Amino acid sequence: MKVIEVRGLSFTYSGQDKPSLRDINFEVGEGEFVLISGPSGGGKSTLCRCINGLIPHFYEGELRGEVYVDGLPTSKTPTHILSQHVGMVFQNPQNQLFSLNVESDVAFALENLGLPREEIRDRVDEALALMGIEDLADRSPVELSGGQQQKVALASILALRPKVIMLDEPTSFLDPMSAMNLVELVDRLRRKLGLTILMVEHRIDLIAPRADRLAVIYEGQILYDGPPRDFFEKYDGHLYGVSVPKLARLSKEMARHLEWPGVILDIDEFERVVRLIAGHRL
Amino acid sequence: MQAIVFDGVSYVYPSGVRALKDVSFTVERGELVVLMGENGSGKTTILKHLNGLLKPTSGKVFVDGLDTSKYTVAQLATHAGLVFQNAENMFFESTVWDEVAFALKNFGYSDDVVRKRVDWALRFFDLERYAGQSPFTLSGGEKKRLAFAVVLAWSPPIIALDEPTIGQDSLQKEKMLHMIRLLNTQGHTVIMASHDVEFVADLRPRIIAISSGSIVADGPADEILPDTEILRRCSLHPPQLALLMARLRDLGMPRKLVDVDTAARLLVERLRP
Repeated sequence: MKVIEVRGLSFTYSGQDKPSLRDINFEVGEGEFVLISGPSGGGKSTLCRCINGLIPHFYEGELRGEVYVDGLPTSKTPTHILSQHVGMVFQNPQNQLFSLNVESDVAFALENLGLPREEIRDRVDEALALMGIEDLADRSPVELSGGQQQKVALASILALRPKVIMLDEPTSFLDPMSAMNLVELVDRLRRKLGLTILMVEHRIDLIAPRADRLAVIYEGQILYDGPPRDFFEKYDGHLYGVSVPKLARLSKEMARHLEWPGVILDIDEFERVVRLIAGHRL
Repeated sequence: MQAIVFDGVSYVYPSGVRALKDVSFTVERGELVVLMGENGSGKTTILKHLNGLLKPTSGKVFVDGLDTSKYTVAQLATHAGLVFQNAENMFFESTVWDEVAFALKNFGYSDDVVRKRVDWALRFFDLERYAGQSPFTLSGGEKKRLAFAVVLAWSPPIIALDEPTIGQDSLQKEKMLHMIRLLNTQGHTVIMASHDVEFVADLRPRIIAISSGSIVADGPADEILPDTEILRRCSLHPPQLALLMARLRDLGMPRKLVDVDTAARLLVERLRP
């Protein structure tokens, strides 16, 4: 089932002459993990804003085409309804957290929706448990580490029980260990809850091994949409603002000299292939 | 001559958090140093001591030979320029052009020099088309580059960068890499905080590894980045190729930082029939 459908989408921000998106066609099935990359200013964030309804509800401009999330047309659906179908986690968690303690941050949107107290309680407990941060419930978000803050931001989205979660460069401010933890957690959640994940990221080496698809947005259009490894097989990613993981570059070098099964992005797989070839030699 | 001296520096934030614990290190003029460590390890606190934004609670910091406790931020600015992590916190002018020009005008450069340097810095960071716009309309990555352009325009001998690669795509990262190398070859001392291990691996600087406000290790990238024990203590991961080499040590792969070409050569030699 398609949970996101984008058809013939173009958008030009007011005051700009050039469209930020040009005739985008894009579909995402339920439970898919899509990595979105491409150069700064290429249209990645604009596409996300069209999917969660920030465009056209909060940004002015000229919108053409249609976007459906979970069957709802985003341009005609109020954002408080959309927020229960698609949630967004931003680059800097500090901009997303504002309450005095973690629990009330997670409960905030639910209270705004006017849910019964009992249900809010249940949903907050559930979201904190899913993120493994029950012990932080009474802490002030500003005292937490970046990784913990990002988990709180994610918990407050999960409490709304959306089908789709979009994350806009969620690991930028995190150290490598926290970044890896967050990505593993997101991947586990999607498998457990059947969530659909759209993640905008420059850290390709970290995300690509887990993503089903890579979509590269370049100059307002979709340059590539398919398995991550095929992109690096066919394109010099660097020319399109996509960091090429060292393993991808090494794969290509290996293929020039040996029988090698194409681009490998996962280090476990790379190691297996090396050992396989070494074993044959013995 | 030493560009930066930290002599037994401890720093306690007003909240009571001990951010630095007896930190000592020296950076020679023209060196390229990267501070690496987990979030909250003290990297940014060290950088903020360089232009006097913070003064040590105990110990001494010397920048270009000046004891920072005796000078103001404005006096230290001509010696050390700091590019913040949250770039938007430092913008206040109504256009991108004026933002870059502000410090130059304050330092008393002629209009002609100001114009040349501003235009050059904006062009270098691919920001000319935004010259007349408000800095606040830029994207996160563009703001970061603007913050770098502001400091670059006045060209202080010591340049301090806090996580310069955050939010940058691969083209901008590569430009950043070239910029840092260029500044370094021109004699600038560059000190930066980063947890972008692949970027640091390409840069091959001296690394000072920090954890919980103390220095854990200090040495060339070639030694520090393949050292999984040091990296683990600082919540860092080895660069992909260093990790691969470590895993394939039984096949004769070396314990060192390698680039793609070297890794390919070593593996092909080992695997070719």
